[in-house]
Amino acid sequence: MFTWVQKFADWLVYDVFKIAKESKLGSALNFFVFDTIKIFILLLIIIYTITFIRSFFPPEKTRKILAKKKGNTFIGHILAAMLGIVTPFCSCSAVPLFIGFVEAGVPLGVTFSYLIAAPMVNEVALGLLYGMFGIKIALIYVLSGEIIAIVSGIIIGKLGLEKYVEDYVYEVKIDAENIDIPNPTIKERLYDSWMFTKDLIKKIWIYVVIGIAIGGFMHGWIPTGALAKYAGKDNPFAVFVAVAFGIPLYSNAAGVIPLVSELTRAGVAMGTALSFMMAVTALSVPEMILLRRVLKPKLLAIFITIVGIGIVFTGYLFNMIL
Amino acid sequence: MVIKILGSGCANCRKLEENTKKALEELQIQAEVVKVEDFKEIMKYGVMRTPALVVDEKVKSYGKVLTVEEVKKILQG
Repeated sequence: MFTWVQKFADWLVYDVFKIAKESKLGSALNFFVFDTIKIFILLLIIIYTITFIRSFFPPEKTRKILAKKKGNTFIGHILAAMLGIVTPFCSCSAVPLFIGFVEAGVPLGVTFSYLIAAPMVNEVALGLLYGMFGIKIALIYVLSGEIIAIVSGIIIGKLGLEKYVEDYVYEVKIDAENIDIPNPTIKERLYDSWMFTKDLIKKIWIYVVIGIAIGGFMHGWIPTGALAKYAGKDNPFAVFVAVAFGIPLYSNAAGVIPLVSELTRAGVAMGTALSFMMAVTALSVPEMILLRRVLKPKLLAIFITIVGIGIVFTGYLFNMIL
Repeated sequence: MVIKILGSGCANCRKLEENTKKALEELQIQAEVVKVEDFKEIMKYGVMRTPALVVDEKVKSYGKVLTVEEVKKILQG
């Protein structure tokens, strides 16, 4: 599918710019041109398709489904983690979603299963992983994210942390359910999806270009396998360090994946590279600041710790089975 | 007419406010535009996705940054 892109990149870098094929600069630039075109094409297709599918699963519906399932919480956790993938989620909506779920009587643990799954199993990351590494890696990514969300939610539920939710959350009463869940026509959905795709790409393109630029630099200057002795499978601390580095970094998943592919080429174990990506995307400072508005510091700290441990665990699991 | 923009102050909410003001200007409608950033207030409207547009206490749209044209359509009923 992308052979023509490679041909174009070769032609542009080696023939038009006349940069030697064997040079570091040539190799880096070629990587940059190829990956930029390839990733933006993938992004366009992935985001558009997913946005369209997601228009059938508004959070208002998710809230109703989860509220009904409150008696049977194990099923509730699984359902919440699954709905976390398909329900549109932007970190600026995390707070109203949280309050809405609690108000509807969704148990705290189930709400957390949702809140963890939504950013952890990022649909753009999923699509890009599939496009760049194949179905196996993509599936492991989804499964591990879902399991972390379910298990973390169950633990948080068992700990009885309701008192560490900001008090005003329990005072909120949604007066009338006076707004309807919209039911747009297919044409409107297609149009809205296109508008959303355009907006999102406008928002994330800079992360993507920076990610690919760093990837291109690594491609030219860091030889294949050079990092293996530091961050290969044999270093037991590599995953831990990768996660600790990833949490304060903030980027869109689309910006991290070009790095993941380069890190693995340079010898970093797949699990280590993926846990770095998950830490960057699932735990971010802006999201913490928002969540702090509904969670008292103790619960926020517990949330970060549990998700952090989950990601580290996934990293080791990947390294073991791949 | 009182128009409320519900949202926690993220970029999307500012964009919606901008588009709404532009739409009002183009239609030459006088209206008070109020930004609601307090979650307790926002949730009263049952809105779980921001930004939302409320016209005279009725939720007209949520979870979407409306374009100037879309806001005009809503305002003209």
